[in-house]
Amino acid sequence: MELETASEISRPPSAFQRTSDRVFRAVSLLFAWATILVVLYIVWEIGGQSVPALEQYGFGFLTGQTWDPNREQYGILPEIWGTMYSSLLALLIGTVFGVAVAIFLNEGYLGGATYGILKLFGVHLHPVYSRLPSALENLLKNLVELLAAIPSVVYGLWGIFVVIPLIRPACNWLHENMEWFPLFSTPLSGPGMLPASLVLAIMILPTIAAISRDALVAVPPKLREASYGLGATRWETLLAVILPTAAGGIFGAVVLAFGRALGETMALAMLVGNANRISVSLFSPGNTLAALLANNFAEAGGDETKVAVLMYAGLVLMAITLLVNMFGAFILQRSTAGLKGLN
Amino acid sequence: MIQAEKNGSSNDYVIDCDLNELYYGSFKAVRDTRVPIKKGEVTAFIGPSGCGKSTVLRCLNRMNDLIRGFRFEGHVQFRGRDIYHPSVDPVAVRRYIGMVFQQPNPFAMSIYKNITYGLRINGFRGNYDEVVEKALRGAALWDEVKDKLKQSGLSLSGGQQQRLCIARAIAVEPEVLLMDEPCSALDPIATRKVEELMAELKKKYTIAIVTHNMQQAQRVADRTAFLYVDTTEGGRTGYLVEFGETGQIFEDPREQHTRDYISGQFS
Repeated sequence: MELETASEISRPPSAFQRTSDRVFRAVSLLFAWATILVVLYIVWEIGGQSVPALEQYGFGFLTGQTWDPNREQYGILPEIWGTMYSSLLALLIGTVFGVAVAIFLNEGYLGGATYGILKLFGVHLHPVYSRLPSALENLLKNLVELLAAIPSVVYGLWGIFVVIPLIRPACNWLHENMEWFPLFSTPLSGPGMLPASLVLAIMILPTIAAISRDALVAVPPKLREASYGLGATRWETLLAVILPTAAGGIFGAVVLAFGRALGETMALAMLVGNANRISVSLFSPGNTLAALLANNFAEAGGDETKVAVLMYAGLVLMAITLLVNMFGAFILQRSTAGLKGLN
Repeated sequence: MIQAEKNGSSNDYVIDCDLNELYYGSFKAVRDTRVPIKKGEVTAFIGPSGCGKSTVLRCLNRMNDLIRGFRFEGHVQFRGRDIYHPSVDPVAVRRYIGMVFQQPNPFAMSIYKNITYGLRINGFRGNYDEVVEKALRGAALWDEVKDKLKQSGLSLSGGQQQRLCIARAIAVEPEVLLMDEPCSALDPIATRKVEELMAELKKKYTIAIVTHNMQQAQRVADRTAFLYVDTTEGGRTGYLVEFGETGQIFEDPREQHTRDYISGQFS
């Protein structure tokens, strides 16, 4: 039923407006469901195609340590180990540097230092020079984010020809002098866990830095004021107020980066050594699930067992990533629950 | 207008604030403002928005140092010592001169930890429980929160949060308490509680308060400074129009601007 209105300006929506509204809603819904269906389809297909391997190898696939296509013996424990080892190591390094960069950029350390230098020269109020502190902060922020724009394969190349020769002497010195220490128990002959993790750390650094920075920006300025107003130093404020308040967001950044590190393929396939081995040594070559898949899909071709085996490995990688993300979401939810009421 | 204030012995004044010119970058925010603050009294800063009341207040414990490009000509003395002297650490100044802000800003931690924060950064080694109770009683909040000290400070109502912030500020026993529109985010009942609290607090602390509520200034302040905005130079520069006893400012203002402002004939 149409409402009668006296005004020319306020009219009920026309038939066309109503129709386009409905069409828009239907189309949005369609795309949203399509996305979800694609995800489910991928899981379904990978799960389905791994059934033969699941039946043949079962749980032993996860604990087996041999990968021998000739005898059809497959186990991915070394790859699971290598995936977790390289990702956690990269996460450790990446978090330290990433959070440090975020703090450096957001808490005014860089800008303050620049301002101090300008003041020394007496040009801190100059119309051009006075923009330098924030311009520098912006520049550095963009530089860090640019790290994310470098293709994975270029990282791999850089790792092989720059990082490995660079760190090899130091690593081998450590090995020769501290062989008793488990982390240094093997020599670094070329590719290995440490170079792979170092490059991986650089690759996940922009994720950690950018999201941590957002978390720091989101800490209400009034909390800083409160802390400074009580006579806290910048360091005390940072440690006792700002970081705990931003902890949820920073943790989210770390989990996201972990997810990325777990799935990262190309650079690791080039750097990790592709050796089917479990070792705690930083310098030992190893393998990861993603690198295993990348190195084996080409020859799997018509071999149905091998395709199933690779699908099974892919399923495991997916499960690990999913678990990590779920765990992260859970922790994030718990750690931000205490911040309710803060705006 | 300041002359009359100079007669008392200098010991009566805990802060002497004299700002000739104050800038943020190249923006001139305040000029010609001299407000001596007497010990044990409540001194109020009133005036229209943008007249620099908060800026002046924030000079008193060097909170403006956090803003890049801040500088001023003049001096701020605390007990006869220049707090802007190069040898003075701004962090130390803020431990003597505490602050309560416009928005209640408890930390995202328990009520207990909110209060002890200032003690911990000061390296206080004593009975924390005692100080917490004393500070909360001092802020008239003890009865409401004594059973839930472990709960988050953010779980309190706005008025309780503001009193928690007052408790947090007085826990470190400053000499002066600066309050920057402490009631502007509170409802009338919470406002009245904070005002009653101020009357209690001034027995121990010297208080300087910025308020845009003239009735509040009349209710709580012993002395009132009226600041106004000067737009003649193209900018918006605040300056002190009149400073005196609250009764005199509101009943018998000497300046035309003051008279217009307090009677509401304000352009």
